[in-house]
Amino acid sequence: MLNAKIPEGPLEKKWKNYQEHCKLVNPANKKKLDVIVIGTGLSGAPAAATLGELGYNVKVFFFQDTARRAHSVAAQGGINASKNYQNDGDNVFRHFYDTLKGGDFRSREANTYRLAEISANVIDQAVAQGVPFAREYGGVLANRSFGGVQVKRTFYAQGQTGQQMLLGAYSVLMRQIGLGHVKSYNRHEMLELVVIDGKARGIIARNLITGEIERHSAHAVILASGGYGKIYYLSTLAIGSNASAAWKAHRKGAFMAGVSWVQFHPTCLPQSGDYQSKLTLMSEALRNDGRIWVPKLKGDDRFPNDIPEEERDYYLERKYPAFGNLAPRDIASRSAKEQIDSGKGVGPNKNAVYLDFKDAIKEYGAEEIGDRYGNLFRMYEKITGMSPYKQPMMISPAAHFTMGGLWVDYELMTTIPGLYAVGEANFSDHGANRLGANSLLQASVDGYFIAPVTIGNYLSNDIRTGKIPTDTPEFDKAEEDAVERLKKFVSINGTKSAEYYHKQLGKIMFQYVGVSRSKEGIAKGIELIKELREDFWQNLKVPGGIYEVNSELEKAGRVADFLELAELMAHDAYDRDESCGAHFREEYQTEEGEALRNDEKYMYVSAWEHTGYGKAPKLHKEELTFEVVKPSVRSYK
Amino acid sequence: MNVTLKVWRQKNSKSKGHFETYKLSDLNPDMSFLEMLDVLNEQLIHEDKIPVEFDSDCREGICGQCGLTINGRSNGHHHHTTTCQMHMRHFEDGDTILVEPLRASAFTVIKDLKVDRSAMDRIIQAGGFISVHTGSAPDANSLPIGKMDAEDAFDSAACIGCGTCIATCKNSSAALYTSAKITQLATLPQGEIEREKRVIAMVDAMDAEGFGSCTNTEACEMECPQEISVTNIARMNFEYNRALLLGKK
Repeated sequence: MLNAKIPEGPLEKKWKNYQEHCKLVNPANKKKLDVIVIGTGLSGAPAAATLGELGYNVKVFFFQDTARRAHSVAAQGGINASKNYQNDGDNVFRHFYDTLKGGDFRSREANTYRLAEISANVIDQAVAQGVPFAREYGGVLANRSFGGVQVKRTFYAQGQTGQQMLLGAYSVLMRQIGLGHVKSYNRHEMLELVVIDGKARGIIARNLITGEIERHSAHAVILASGGYGKIYYLSTLAIGSNASAAWKAHRKGAFMAGVSWVQFHPTCLPQSGDYQSKLTLMSEALRNDGRIWVPKLKGDDRFPNDIPEEERDYYLERKYPAFGNLAPRDIASRSAKEQIDSGKGVGPNKNAVYLDFKDAIKEYGAEEIGDRYGNLFRMYEKITGMSPYKQPMMISPAAHFTMGGLWVDYELMTTIPGLYAVGEANFSDHGANRLGANSLLQASVDGYFIAPVTIGNYLSNDIRTGKIPTDTPEFDKAEEDAVERLKKFVSINGTKSAEYYHKQLGKIMFQYVGVSRSKEGIAKGIELIKELREDFWQNLKVPGGIYEVNSELEKAGRVADFLELAELMAHDAYDRDESCGAHFREEYQTEEGEALRNDEKYMYVSAWEHTGYGKAPKLHKEELTFEVVKPSVRSYK
Repeated sequence: MNVTLKVWRQKNSKSKGHFETYKLSDLNPDMSFLEMLDVLNEQLIHEDKIPVEFDSDCREGICGQCGLTINGRSNGHHHHTTTCQMHMRHFEDGDTILVEPLRASAFTVIKDLKVDRSAMDRIIQAGGFISVHTGSAPDANSLPIGKMDAEDAFDSAACIGCGTCIATCKNSSAALYTSAKITQLATLPQGEIEREKRVIAMVDAMDAEGFGSCTNTEACEMECPQEISVTNIARMNFEYNRALLLGKK
């Protein structure tokens, strides 16, 4: 049984208690301690910057050309904080409860409460950095509502909230780099985690320009490497988003939890062809004013504006009158897939549903709607050539956010001492489904306010350790493994590209471990994943060499890791005989087709231990105990 | 549709580059320009050739990592777009398309179409921030900011750091990029305290990195994917002169 090390005391005192009793490192000793951060998104950049401010020696690694590219940049809609600026009855408890309920009671009470508790500080911090959130005429901050809640607690900067939050974090990171407190390694990819005496003590990285293999040691390592939704190939993620850092840590002993819990975002642009490399997301905020519908008649080919009201099915409003178009993402995605699968999909490929602004434009005027969503409408028109002012948008679900990830305890430490996971890379706060605008929040809370505090509690034991040498057998072995693997990729010399395998894998995952799953389907998926992996190691083609710029080599490494992770995801989905949140097992649903949880058997987090390549993973359970909230049937009706 | 590509190939930063010609057929007009290059690379891999290196990440116009010179223009012939948001339907069947990296004196070619834009980071490091430590922020509503000021600041802050303005400028000037950050922080009350120090440090860093001077051709604004206005440059010049007059240099 895993111990999450939840502090004593009532829920609202836990984090306070922790901070009052955790060990500290004095400023003079911080200079002697090295920390490595992997990734510069909205968790990595704040963690690196904050640790730099505190006086630690920080090295930050990322594969992009500059820290400002990390995929947090693409988050559109907003960030939640229970400040109750709108006087609509919001508070920390409600924010906590909404998050817990949204996650279908499969997250830790203590972590989720802390997320809500610290949310207000994140907004303060961002505003102090110059993040230009939307304001009211009187100069105070504006808020909007988001899926799964009934208050307005979302702060936003037009449809570019992630970009603005990330640039705030980037600016403070750049300041620390300029001051020499943080050293930045752009165009570097982590290839191995180095574990010495059971502790995370460094990494092996590849310089993506020269191809050189580098050794970097540290007293602690923070993985802020993001989510792995790109495993579905077609997703809302960036082309380079990957699971490799997390997977390497998993192979070295870090457990992964809730790995099959993947959120499919309901408002993405549908796929238009096989060449497609990504699915663009349209912010969920659009669901505030847009109404989702499909024609009542199957295969209705009429132009949407020509379909009269009585022949339209506003299915979310019909099925979930209390929340309507603002039903949580998993429900909205599943409902859309149901409509599409039943033959009511719209668009040239019959793979979309309508999101209609006709009524909103009638009520508020095109100008007001343009103020709210202008940039999103322009983006839609740029990509599709159609104007949402004139006809409904077409949307469909796409892989978006992975609630699962590296298992961490209350301190955000993985099962490898000294290895932390923050932001989307960990599994912690969202349970089986994440609420909109809680992602930027969790990344920020982890990076700015939690990891920099909890890491001190660990590093206080290392003040006499001294610099970790890199000329040790552990570093030798890790480097050897990394190089051997790269050599293997370039030596197979088969016929198919890494991209080919990634696309095939994506199709398998979407079909069998996607929006909905069944035991039979998952079993089939596992077989197909294994076959594909065999084929990969026989027939992969990576042109070029190791010691040069080689994108194909980078891709091969990421796809190889996806091919292993895919099986673990399938395994996790297979093992959990219940439906919860985004994990919808077809065998477990109510008569009305809603997710049917099994609290008696599955009130735990499944954390998986790696037991070797191709071997069945070992299950460890973390029991979820609910002291304050009584898990109920998650109803949005 | 069918196109002929003339693509800049360059082994590394030290070697001399040249154009290679490739023919692509059966392209879907709804493909993005980068997806077309993906198709090209698949083809090259099958022919046992080395694929073309180019940068891209989000492919939705916000991360700023892509950026190519297409037929002599940054990100192609459309105004206000990133390369990833250019689609093949914007070209004609049978076109010959010239593909080069973003060209600027301060950008080094790493390989083929990949360039090093780290000089842009160093401009921000010089002063493109508000010096606030984690934990030291006052309540967010304690400092009211007018709706219009917040929106103006947003318009400047929307810069995606792609380098299009620099590559488009005949002088390779980073004025639009630098001024957007200076203006964002000068518009907001939070930025007031470091206002003079910031503009001096950032302008000096910009000059030290080897970017050219602005001669007001306004080409940058025409191409900027985020439509950042050249009035930001005027604001930067005002801020710089103001700081000089106040004796802050």
